[in-house]
Amino acid sequence: METNLEINGTRHRLDIDPRTTLLDALRHHLGLTGSKKGCDHGQCGACTVIVNGRRINSCLTLACMHDGDEVTTIEGIGQPDNLSALQAAFVQEDGFQCGYCTPGQICSATAMLEEVRNGWPSHVTDDIASGAELTDAEISERMSGNLCRCAAYPNIVEAIRKAAEKSA
Amino acid sequence: MRAFDYVRADSAEGAVRDAAGGAAFIAGGTNLIDLMKLEVMSPETLVDINRLAMNGIEDTADGGLRIGALVTNSDLANDSRVRRNWPVLSRALLAGASGQLRNKATTGGNLLQRTRCLYFYDRASACNKREPGTGCAAQEGFNRILAVLGTSEHCIATHPSDMAVAMRALGAEGRR
Amino acid sequence: MTEHFKMDAPATEHRLDDMAQGLVGAPLDRPEGPFKVTGTATYANEWQIEGMVHGIMVRSPGNSGRVVLANRDAVAAMPGVLAVIQDDRLLRNPAQGTADAAPIQGARHADYTGQLIAVVVAESFEQARHAAQSLTVVLESGKTVTVDPDTAAVEPQEGQAVDQGDLESAMRDAAHRVDVVYSTPSHSSSPMEPHASIATWDGDDLTLRGSYQMLKYNRNELADALGIHPDRVRIISPFVGGGFGSKLGLSPEAVAAAIAAQQLGRPVSVALTRPQVYEATMRRSETHQRVRLSADGDGRLTGLGHDARVSNLPGETFAEPVLQASHFLYAGSNRQMSLDLVRLHRMCAGSVRAPGEAVGVTVLENAMDELAHEIGIDPVALRLRNIPETDPESGKDFSSSRFREALESGAEAFGWADRPGLKERREGEWLIGYGMASAARINVLMESQARVTLLPDGTARVETDMTDIGTGTYAILGQIAGDMLGLPRDAVTVVLGDTGLPPAAGSGGSWGAASSGTSVYVACEAIRRQLAERLGVAEPDLMLKDGRATYANQTQALSDVLKGDEIAKLGHVTPGDTSKAVRQATFGAYFAEVAVHAATGETRVRRMHGSFAAGRILNAKTARSQCLGGMTFGIGIALTEEMAFDPRDGHVTNHNLAEYHIPVNADVPQLTVALLEERDDWANPLQAKGIGELGICGAAAAITNAIFNATGVRVRDYPATLDKVIAGM
Ligand SMILES: Cc1cc2nc3c(=O)[nH]c(=O)nc-3n(C[C@H](O)[C@H](O)[C@H](O)COP(=O)(O)OP(=O)(O)OC[C@H]3O[C@@H](n4cnc5c(N)ncnc54)[C@H](O)[C@@H]3O)c2cc1C
Ligand code: SF4
Ligand code: FES
Ligand code: FES
Repeated sequence: METNLEINGTRHRLDIDPRTTLLDALRHHLGLTGSKKGCDHGQCGACTVIVNGRRINSCLTLACMHDGDEVTTIEGIGQPDNLSALQAAFVQEDGFQCGYCTPGQICSATAMLEEVRNGWPSHVTDDIASGAELTDAEISERMSGNLCRCAAYPNIVEAIRKAAEKSA
Repeated sequence: MRAFDYVRADSAEGAVRDAAGGAAFIAGGTNLIDLMKLEVMSPETLVDINRLAMNGIEDTADGGLRIGALVTNSDLANDSRVRRNWPVLSRALLAGASGQLRNKATTGGNLLQRTRCLYFYDRASACNKREPGTGCAAQEGFNRILAVLGTSEHCIATHPSDMAVAMRALGAEGRR
Repeated sequence: MTEHFKMDAPATEHRLDDMAQGLVGAPLDRPEGPFKVTGTATYANEWQIEGMVHGIMVRSPGNSGRVVLANRDAVAAMPGVLAVIQDDRLLRNPAQGTADAAPIQGARHADYTGQLIAVVVAESFEQARHAAQSLTVVLESGKTVTVDPDTAAVEPQEGQAVDQGDLESAMRDAAHRVDVVYSTPSHSSSPMEPHASIATWDGDDLTLRGSYQMLKYNRNELADALGIHPDRVRIISPFVGGGFGSKLGLSPEAVAAAIAAQQLGRPVSVALTRPQVYEATMRRSETHQRVRLSADGDGRLTGLGHDARVSNLPGETFAEPVLQASHFLYAGSNRQMSLDLVRLHRMCAGSVRAPGEAVGVTVLENAMDELAHEIGIDPVALRLRNIPETDPESGKDFSSSRFREALESGAEAFGWADRPGLKERREGEWLIGYGMASAARINVLMESQARVTLLPDGTARVETDMTDIGTGTYAILGQIAGDMLGLPRDAVTVVLGDTGLPPAAGSGGSWGAASSGTSVYVACEAIRRQLAERLGVAEPDLMLKDGRATYANQTQALSDVLKGDEIAKLGHVTPGDTSKAVRQATFGAYFAEVAVHAATGETRVRRMHGSFAAGRILNAKTARSQCLGGMTFGIGIALTEEMAFDPRDGHVTNHNLAEYHIPVNADVPQLTVALLEERDDWANPLQAKGIGELGICGAAAAITNAIFNATGVRVRDYPATLDKVIAGM
């Protein structure tokens, strides 16, 4: 099955089994192993990528469903010598330990901050008719689709808050 | 996951035509792909309906809303009319799944998602819902997440949708 | 060139306090951080190897019988399929930590549901997955086997029993007593990276890129499983996506990948699926625990009894060491303890983060809370009153202990004085309670080796097969070498995770940092001596800082001192007399505030604080993170984590991350951690002790004790889910 994907600004043409998930297309066919596989069933968030501006679980979608879509993976967010503000904040606040959930956390947080900017409410928002402030509780709730067994959660919240404050 | 033919529908009529026989529609895919990976569901043809224009939320003459089947859970929860006038629907959606899943999950798919009964998901177990007539492994098994009311002797599964509860409370109806 | 050091006497010289570079202890960022946050750190299943094919393992659908692959030929003929392998060398279950030899092998007989009995290899992952799912596995002539711990045969663990004084009489004569039974369910390590291995053969030489915690043991386990010499095996694990015990010993996918790769003459990757991680790696045994405490009118313990029952598969020797800290945490002269092991056909039980104390201290700390309530004294005061002067069973001294300070300063930091009375505080729909618990974990030094090379340009390289599973090894080894050799952190490169390097202690039992750190320290001391010799000064008179040597009023760049040479030393530490002479342990205290919903019984942890003392802290940032991780495991144990076994065949019904509930971000408040200053001379020359597991040992009890304070409900069978809490309200 032929599929065209625009990944991190570069066009890729793939001819793959329609069963291939977007995650496996990245990891097995394009050598982009920054997106992680933690469960393969939408339960952990390690595979989070941003498609057409929205964060999704790349393990629960087929590559062929994304013909023509724009995909941003962790590799497109920053490089070791050119970290994004969030990536730098994760390093500084120790927002990870083993690092396996980390690319997913960062992709998720990148898109999550955009959701907040656009006024999306969350489960913990008091008044859902108006927008939400970026409190610790809001960050925690919105990041709960990204599991971290090392449990860097308090540091992840700290990193996201600091990066958001900096860019505000 | 079994091999399947993948077709992309470009009209609702076409989609219905393509869906004859052992086919399934795929919307967000967050439930269907989950189950296909485990071979609990194995459609021969996958009809991708994502490019159909069914993702609108329109006001109706009687002061209600008409919600397209392909409206994502995020878009529905975030709709200013829903937040203002039917906040229970927003709340129910926001209580479910995760930010990533809600970005993909659709209104139609959410209603039609299958139960999360652990034995339904496990092909080694008997399950009347997955394979009618085989029995129900949940009844004498680990069933803490299943129903205590409204069960039958054949199945004690619950429908897992949070959104559906709010829709029901609001008296929503399915329409063509 | 090998410097051997045996820990036979206390290390009273605190050299790391005097080093001019000042790296050790500082909260420095992890040097590998930029790779982890950009997705450029390479984990096991991410090596891009030409010609690699994919293997998927197949589970047994039942718990007993001879395994027959009924449609093997048909599956072998499916598109892309290269092999369907059933082999006597496949592992029945993973190796226990430090096993050093293969565990029970044999894929032709199933002993538990979910056992991995075959591997199907195909050109693509998608083909392999479907083919593996298509294989029909039939069990023949199986027996009816036990899966229920309550009815299984009991094997008392004699070595663990204690019978000191007369507990029965002490209980009878006590002014206050509790006699309670608690149970904890099985727990899963659930690391975020599933177990995976890529095997490649070059002639008779096997390279395995895996995700393992203890490479020197894993290499021997793999060689033994395959029946080849360990010299033929190399394991590479530079990045490990979490382990928490489940990657201590070799697991089934490694052997499957090696066999398949040899048979096919191609590199083979085998990754466990998430359900397979749950069903076929390790579980922490469920426990059934009875605790008896007797106290005099002032709340001084006169007796302590702890009897536990745990389980494992037939043939496995590991028995969850529930009593490990009960032996020394509290005083009380009449003591009785016992550990029973029952045999079950559930998946293998082994080490899950802090084996023993994670559940043993937790239940003891619940019992202490029950006693405090019974006596009517403050739970902190009860602990303070019962801190033993010396080990209450052996009479040995403690190597060092800041247990008292942890309790007192922790209470202060948390604001314990503001603790509400029983069922006293309510905020709207929420009932508010405070709880606390002590923390304790044994401390161990293990044999470890590392090579340190001071290079001609005045930078250094540290090499060892030690792993960094998130624990901070890359950071701390660089800090130790940097301090000892007077180099900025960036001038030290740390290379880990390759059995081609000197064998280390491995990451487990919280001994990794202190053991591998000591080997680096020993090597660096030898380098310092050689530098001093070159310069003709006594080693203690040599000051090294920022790549320069200062001595006798002169200063010189290290590169000039080296004159084009390099100095390489292998540091080798082995434990010695200090392991036996004293009781070595780490201590701490937890404080938690919970809110319990008055209508639903749902518990939210609002605040949680931990104060810990673990000898010298090597990196304040990574040590704190380890404590955050431990305390979060505690939140999981308290409220949500439970492996649910099917009562009929013992399979893990909730074998995924949607149904086995590890804490998510929203379940964890902004935890606070205080690390107390301590030097433990008996532990090692770094005066450092393990901290990777201390944060979990008792943590859950602080939360369940807080639930009691809020609601008056004691949930004695973990986890304290809302249905159990509401049932008591
Ligand atoms: C880890 C995890 C956690 C979750 N937690 C929650 C939760 O807390 N609460 C909750 O409510 N849900 C939860 N879900 C379920 C999730 O909400 C559903 O998977 C999602 O709503 C399904 O929508 P979809 O568009 O992805 O459906 P798909 O997977 O695309 O489709 C589901 C089914 O609907 C059919 N279908 C879809 N669209 C149409 C259509 N337009 N016409 C006819 N048939 C159609 C498909 O053929 C398929 O049978 C969770 C899912 C996961 C994976
Ligand atoms: S409860 Fe229903 S879905 Fe679950 S095993 Fe029984 S029949 Fe199947
Ligand atoms: S791998 Fe996609 S959510 Fe876990
Ligand atoms: S850093 Fe290890 S799982 Fe998050």
